[in-house]
Amino acid sequence: MSGGVSGTSRACDDCLRRTHLIALLAGRIERERHRRRLPELLALGDEALVAAVAGRDASAVRRGLAAFAPAAARAACEAAGLVALCVCDARYPARLLEGPDAPAVLHVAGNPACLEALAGEMDAAPAVAIVGARRSTAYGDEVARALGRGLAAAGVPVVSGMAFGIDAAAQAGALEAGGPTIAVLAGGADVPYPRSKRRLYERITGPGGPGCVVSELPPGFQPFRWCFPARNRIIAGLAGLTVVVEAAERSGSLITADLAAGLGRTVGAVPGRVTTPQAAGANALLADGAALVRDACEALDLLLGPGAHERRPPSPLGDGLEPRLRAVLEAVAAGSDVAGTVATHPADVHAAGLALTELELLGHLRRDHCGRYTVIPQ
Amino acid sequence: MSLARAVTFAIDGIASRRVLVEVDVRVGLPAFTIVGCGDMSVRESRERIRAALLNSGFEFPARRITANLAPAALRKVGPGFDLAIACALLAAGGQVPVESLERWAIFGELSLGGEVRPCRGTLAVAEGARRAGSTGLLVPRAAAREAALVDGLSIAAVGSLREVVAVLAGEVEPPAPPEAQGEEPGETLDDLDDVRGHLLPIRALVVAAAGGHNLLLAGPPGTGKTMLARRLPSILPPLTHPEAVEVTRIHSVAGLRMGEGLAQRRPLRAPHHTISASGLVGGGSSPTPGEVSMAHHGVLFLDELSEFARTSLEALRQPLEDGRVVVVRSQRTAIYPARFMLVASTNPCPCGHAGSPLCRCMEGDVLRYRRRLSGPLLDRMDLLVHVARPSAAELAGESLTSSADARADVARSRAVQTARFEGTPITCNAQMPSRLLRVHAGLDETGETTLARAYDREHLSARGHHRILRVARTIADLAGAEAIGVKHLIEALQFRQDTGALELAA
Ligand SMILES: Nc1ncnc2c1ncn2[C@@H]1O[C@H](COP(=O)(O)OP(=O)(O)O)[C@@H](O)[C@H]1O
Ligand SMILES: [Mg+2]
Repeated sequence: MSGGVSGTSRACDDCLRRTHLIALLAGRIERERHRRRLPELLALGDEALVAAVAGRDASAVRRGLAAFAPAAARAACEAAGLVALCVCDARYPARLLEGPDAPAVLHVAGNPACLEALAGEMDAAPAVAIVGARRSTAYGDEVARALGRGLAAAGVPVVSGMAFGIDAAAQAGALEAGGPTIAVLAGGADVPYPRSKRRLYERITGPGGPGCVVSELPPGFQPFRWCFPARNRIIAGLAGLTVVVEAAERSGSLITADLAAGLGRTVGAVPGRVTTPQAAGANALLADGAALVRDACEALDLLLGPGAHERRPPSPLGDGLEPRLRAVLEAVAAGSDVAGTVATHPADVHAAGLALTELELLGHLRRDHCGRYTVIPQ
Repeated sequence: MSLARAVTFAIDGIASRRVLVEVDVRVGLPAFTIVGCGDMSVRESRERIRAALLNSGFEFPARRITANLAPAALRKVGPGFDLAIACALLAAGGQVPVESLERWAIFGELSLGGEVRPCRGTLAVAEGARRAGSTGLLVPRAAAREAALVDGLSIAAVGSLREVVAVLAGEVEPPAPPEAQGEEPGETLDDLDDVRGHLLPIRALVVAAAGGHNLLLAGPPGTGKTMLARRLPSILPPLTHPEAVEVTRIHSVAGLRMGEGLAQRRPLRAPHHTISASGLVGGGSSPTPGEVSMAHHGVLFLDELSEFARTSLEALRQPLEDGRVVVVRSQRTAIYPARFMLVASTNPCPCGHAGSPLCRCMEGDVLRYRRRLSGPLLDRMDLLVHVARPSAAELAGESLTSSADARADVARSRAVQTARFEGTPITCNAQMPSRLLRVHAGLDETGETTLARAYDREHLSARGHHRILRVARTIADLAGAEAIGVKHLIEALQFRQDTGALELAA
């Protein structure tokens, strides 16, 4: 599992102890976080953190911490097949160290190579975070997937949270291109979450796979609510560019964008229809000056500077298709999503249905679970 | 003379077994006992017989009467033994010639007034009588047309106990069964021309009907899924004679029809979603056919699939696999045929509005919802069609199909299939075993490439692969094509099931 590296013994005792402390205090942090901002809390030293959140239980927590056995923590990682990488390690991602609240340990499932590639020189190997609504539209999923595919094809790791909707679509896209992708989880890195994304988890962490799943919390840890925004700071921290694809107003992905901006990283957003609630957040980001991202090329331009990568001129929609199929593809691109609306006349419905299926087989369209078709950006 | 015998039949599964009724009348305290493993309605038979005899002007002996139904090991259910017991009793009392009971097997229920009434399972009884070598069967007039479906058995169609006695005494000729009044009136079927728009769903309906394929209609509430499924009987191919006999036999045993002659149409059974597993597949303390058997040679329609109890759906596994249900009850095994087309409707997600801005479901909810349906059933669906909300223009427009046209197409393609499977028990493409696919559903090179592409893109599962070929065969048959062309294959792929779409997207 650990890609040939020497087990979990990499994390130092102090960092493992810090992780243990956070896990011990997780329930109390949950209660305290309405009073104090999370980044503030996570930036506190051990003693200050105990004093801040443990209250009357402080001495019990201190006793628990004193009883901590690093060997047991290493054994637990080993048993869960996780590699533990701590801040003291030269292989720790350099960008994450920029924040005041860098996680002490990153627990890694899968191939740690793509995470380790983010160590050292800041500009050497940038990654892109793609985040967005869990309750996404088919269009949003398709755009996220295409971004993931394009970035991974260019060798750029795609960082996200493996959540429903945009996150999972972006990471699935990266896998389609066989490229690296990093999923940051709120709970233990050995627990696929959400559960229905188990298959995606397995594809990311699978043997020989290019990706990994990362968490700051110990193996088996069940996340509290605060763990999700805390996870978002790792996503923003790892990436040189954060792109928001669909986010409703006040969505969690806007927090990630804020955190990224706070770190001085570039924030991009994919524009959406003004009438779609899921597009409101991303459109608002654009209005506030976020960079416009329409495809993977534009994301790469933002990340590496214009012209730093090989540019393929965008091919016109349905290039090379016979006119019959191109017309149907254009109708879908223009918003018709079922045979009944693609056809302009009832007599054409049958032919339209066949053309939609042909386009699907050719990889130009995808049919979702409600039978609606979306264009797959090429 | 104090002992008399009569022959009758007991329903066992969907067949019948010969039962010998012995009645012994002797001096003693007046009593009437029926022994021989009868159920409650057999015990109640005593009251009906007593009243019927007296009200018909016969004597009810004030003696000690014992009726025995042999073989005693066979459980006897229902009121159909009334008439045979009454006749044996009359013979034992000398009111009917004893030897006349050797010529007739007797089956029917008595009313208190002495009329004879039809019972469940008359066809099975008539078949049993012929098999057992009886020369004639005495049945209630209302059930006589059903009994007359069996050749080589003379039927006496009787209306009352007095008439029965007259026939047995040789005073009148045995009355012949009433003539069939031509085409059975029946209900007029709902027609597809009520449906506006929905060209693809209707096409899926036609393909399913033509090849006997299972069909899943998915779509938001109120889009016409129930409406479409209910119109399926109007386009199904007619029953062949042997099929009609089977349907009649099962429906008669189940009490769905009582003697009206031969079933004319393929049944559509649409049980409510609260139905239990045993209601669906049969069984219970005295086994009766379940909905799947009542749908034999027809359609089982499960409307709002997700509302059905998981245990009920699980119970469908065996009939879907084997085309029959085996019910084991106290050492006896009853086999009920259950070869039906499964049609189901479902919402695409828990709230039903998936894909529209109205939808409030999370991807996780949708996955859970779909997983509940999967397992035994989704695996078995040959065609999936999404039923979208018809547009205002479509609703206002003309209907585009009529059942008569569709029925003609279906019948034509069925004829091709009948010829194809001549000499085998297979009746339609849906039943084609995988080994015959190579013979009858071969693809040309372009077809193979297309199918391989669908497979590579995870549009298809390994199992789905075979389903597609069967459906493509039917589509080619509808087009009158000898070989499956690429456009037939593509249409089949359009109707493929992609329950995995969500999971695969991950
Ligand atoms: N395409 C249609 N053409 C004509 N009437 C329709 C159509 N769709 C729906 N209706 C009307 O709406 C009613 C409800 O349809 P129903 O079949 O019960 O929908 P569902 O089963 O999909 O919820 C039907 O009885 C019919 O009157
Ligand atoms: Mg309905």
